[in-house]
Amino acid sequence: MNVSLILIILLVGAFATFLAGDKLASKVALFFGLAAAGASIVLLNHYNLGENISFINQWITQPNISFALRADGLSMAMLLLTTVLTPIIIFSSFGNDYKNSKSFYALLLFMSFAMAGTFLASDGLLYYIFWELSLIPIYFIALIWGNGDVEERKKAVVKFFIYTLAGSLFMLVAFVYMYQKAGSLLLEDLYKLNLTANEQLWIFLAFFLAYAIKIPLIPFHTWQANVYQKAPTVGTMLLSGIMLKMGLYSVIRWQLPLAPLAAKEYMYIFIGLGITGVIYGSIVALKQKDLKKLLAYSSLAHVGLIAAGTYTLTLDGLRGAVLQMIAHGFVVVGLFYAAEIIFRRYETRAIAEMGGIRTQSPKFTSMFMILVLASVALPTTFNFIGEFTVLYSLSQINIWFAILGGTTIILGAYYMLKMFQHAMLGETNSKAFTDVTVNEGITLVLIIGVLFFFGMYPKPITDLITPSLEEILTQINRIN
Amino acid sequence: MEMNTNIALVLVLAPFLGFLINVFFGKSLGKSLSGIIGTLSVLVSFIATAYFFGGIAAQPEGIRISLFDWIQISNFNVDFGFQLDQLSILWLLFVTGIGSLIHLYSISYMHDDENMHKFFAYLNLFIFFMITLVIGSNLLVLFIGWEGVGLCSYLLIGFWHKNQEYNDAAKKAFIMNRIGDLGLLVGIFILGNLFSTLDYATLKTAIAGATNLDMYWLSVAAFALFIGACGKSAQIPLYTWLPDAMAGPTPVSALIHAATMVTAGIFMITRLNFLFDLTPDVQSIIAIVGAVTALVAATIGLVQNDIKKVLAYSTVSQLGLMFLALGLGAYEVAVFHVITHAFFKACLFLGSGSVIHALHGEQDMRNMGGLKKAMPITFATMFIASLAISGVPLFSGFFSKDEILLVAFHHNIPLWVVASVASIMTAFYMFRLMFLTFFQEFRGTAEQKHHLHESPSLITIPLIVLAILATIGGVISLPGNSWLNHYLIPILPKLATAEHHLGTTEYILMAIAVVGGLVGIGIAYAKYIKQNTVPTEDAAITGFSKVLYNKYYVDEFYDAIFVKPINFLSRFFRDTVETGLSALVFGFGKVTNEISYQGKKIQNGSIGLYLFAFVLGLCAIVSYLFLAQQ
Repeated sequence: MNVSLILIILLVGAFATFLAGDKLASKVALFFGLAAAGASIVLLNHYNLGENISFINQWITQPNISFALRADGLSMAMLLLTTVLTPIIIFSSFGNDYKNSKSFYALLLFMSFAMAGTFLASDGLLYYIFWELSLIPIYFIALIWGNGDVEERKKAVVKFFIYTLAGSLFMLVAFVYMYQKAGSLLLEDLYKLNLTANEQLWIFLAFFLAYAIKIPLIPFHTWQANVYQKAPTVGTMLLSGIMLKMGLYSVIRWQLPLAPLAAKEYMYIFIGLGITGVIYGSIVALKQKDLKKLLAYSSLAHVGLIAAGTYTLTLDGLRGAVLQMIAHGFVVVGLFYAAEIIFRRYETRAIAEMGGIRTQSPKFTSMFMILVLASVALPTTFNFIGEFTVLYSLSQINIWFAILGGTTIILGAYYMLKMFQHAMLGETNSKAFTDVTVNEGITLVLIIGVLFFFGMYPKPITDLITPSLEEILTQINRIN
Repeated sequence: MEMNTNIALVLVLAPFLGFLINVFFGKSLGKSLSGIIGTLSVLVSFIATAYFFGGIAAQPEGIRISLFDWIQISNFNVDFGFQLDQLSILWLLFVTGIGSLIHLYSISYMHDDENMHKFFAYLNLFIFFMITLVIGSNLLVLFIGWEGVGLCSYLLIGFWHKNQEYNDAAKKAFIMNRIGDLGLLVGIFILGNLFSTLDYATLKTAIAGATNLDMYWLSVAAFALFIGACGKSAQIPLYTWLPDAMAGPTPVSALIHAATMVTAGIFMITRLNFLFDLTPDVQSIIAIVGAVTALVAATIGLVQNDIKKVLAYSTVSQLGLMFLALGLGAYEVAVFHVITHAFFKACLFLGSGSVIHALHGEQDMRNMGGLKKAMPITFATMFIASLAISGVPLFSGFFSKDEILLVAFHHNIPLWVVASVASIMTAFYMFRLMFLTFFQEFRGTAEQKHHLHESPSLITIPLIVLAILATIGGVISLPGNSWLNHYLIPILPKLATAEHHLGTTEYILMAIAVVGGLVGIGIAYAKYIKQNTVPTEDAAITGFSKVLYNKYYVDEFYDAIFVKPINFLSRFFRDTVETGLSALVFGFGKVTNEISYQGKKIQNGSIGLYLFAFVLGLCAIVSYLFLAQQ
């Protein structure tokens, strides 16, 4: 048994969902989503027992390209994030009616397939294909099932598509260049390249453009808020929960070990960029009127900190970044879901049109509150573990990085509590707000459960990712 | 050992269980049962604490319990562990003890509130986090409690969440606390970097055994930790949240914002005394900040008319005195004052709650007066507590405050003067409060007068118990024969007070303090009893009183230099920078479009133009090759 099984389940699931027809689509999709999640957990078990679950096969002989899926702890963690969140996201959409739902759910699974592939691929071209493939389903999901004015939406989504595609082309150029030198695009062959500092710099920058747009880091983030706002919530969850982690993961997997000299030379600039994102994103979030946009800017702030962690090139920085990627994936899906739950009842995303929900719906309020608290990294939530570790790693580089990055705990509390106050508290709203349904409750409880469990006991994940991060660090610190 | 672990778990988890029961079943349990469960769960913790207190003499090195690995950092692991020693047990005793009393009080006080079960749930959760803060064996477990009590404070200040002003107060408390929390985190980072541990015991050994300590970073760490303490314990410049926090129900003010949570900063600094002792510069800052806070808050307290606001500023001022003691290295004195203050201030707050309850929510002392007859027990207990806080001899506050003044006098005369002036003011405003509330004629409405009554026994019993403690609490550290100092020796090996024993100077100082307190009371008596003055309406307040009444306009100042600029920046980023960046990206698209459009125009089918371009190109290549050969 190897990891290609997961990809097969997701791909077959996508086709099966499409064939199942509109009525059954959501259920079939959920079934395959759960199957993929179950299979990944089984595989994780095999992996932990020391079995080799990687899959490498010659794909194209000329040029020399392999179908290489390498599962180490890091990839397994990201794979699990994808396959566990996918059924949660599918389930969260139960209760929404989508036109042509067979295509909708098929695209959703297909996207999950592409993202899982990105996290597993260890051949440059294969990785690049998965990377770009994941863009197509989200493009259609946002364009066809999104909300708001069609022309506006089209503008935002097309911009997103072209922008990310353009950024990725530079990465392709970097791969072509490296292929010329190595004669293969297998990651381990690329590691063996003796690239000069100058070559590394160009490769570093080419990768950076692709990743900075995808993550996104400021000032490459302009597509984000609009797409998050315009996409259907399921799409926003896929984007913020999983897809933006593709960029962060790729920094760790590809950019840093392939261009370590450049990374070391310019790390301060990139840490600075990440931290600027923390402060800038937090401040912009303060005055957002649209709940989804506010959450988008909060994401910008959080991923800025994660990116800063990766560029410290320390074990704590990388580990904290990965922990925080997973934690943020869950919390942001939960938060967007909370926004969706409000939208289902009030048909608005404008914070000013909410308020006074707490008296009507105490259960929902409590769960939303917990998600807000997790998002501001209250200890005992998973997000604290990640944020603490990242900030600690920054303090090892320079205490000012930790202080400036640490403003997130103040500013984050400011914009999140302000939002919560105006969305949920105050005089009872005149519009009725029914408390969460069973389905909504299950989804939120699942997410909250994950956040608390790993907040108190992050060891399983830490143990899973640490060896592969150490391996990557050895690569980063190798002497050319 | 196994036994200890189990009892420690009971100690920690009982209030958490109470929280869970009240959250999930509170509504169906009914109000009384929900209150009883809430109270009992804290009482269980108190009993468990008493068990450890009983055993500590036999085990002076304390009990350490490690539960599991929590966070892994490259150069160390942080485990989830407890440390039950003299300091934590002492803190737990009054947290759970006073906590039980205040829970009991709340059964009656909150009985008319439809969300009473939630109130008890939050209160239980608070106790759980407070216990975690105190019992943790390292700085990160402390941090769980530290942020957890901040959360509960937020939830309880905003308990009546329909009122957005209360929600504002709650949010302000949380955010200001978080400013401090960042300081605490930075301190934790530096200590982690320096010593590769966050565990108190290991840290202590590492610092004691280090040959060349990096004094610069040690001081930075101590200063950062102190900022954390400022946030939680409401010291300048992070004190303005505490008076606003009075928006919460009065039992919350008594428990969280007077007796327990706000002492967390003092606990942390005492816990790390071995660190602060090495950083005299930071200690000086702590002493000065403490003294100035004590004075500033006391001056504001002089003119407030809201009964809870007076008590709130009094709390800030008293905490300032404790910080003064900490800064002078007299940790045991600070701890002593924490305990006596917990008794008398909890009593005062609960008493004020009893008054507010009787007057159906009235908090303005200008509309009170003459309550002595209608509410004899509330009056008597509050009167005792006022005597204690004013430092009248033989009441508990006399001993603890006197020790602070003594220590200050021996270290630094100006600090002693400042602290003494603050103490005189304390006596004045406390008796101003007493006279305005309980003496002369009732100034409220006839309707209120008709309903005046003494509170039920669930309210008066905690008041009586606290009044007794406020009276006799001083016995734990009598001058010259201090049980407390002796008890704390394993934590505080070099006691600051041990240096000087009682001599003539000490007796003179004591007399000065007592006379000062009596003068303060006397002025209040002259003004509010003899002259029967009632504070004027808000609009009629002028001059410096107005500045004081408006709290030196510090809130307005912070608003102008922090809140407004950040909001301005946010709007600027949102409306200008974001649109600009977005236009820039579209700009790239437009430029590409334009180039391709111009390019398209060239492809117009004119052979002449193509030939011209061909010749031009050829010339360029030839000349390049020619030049390159040279």
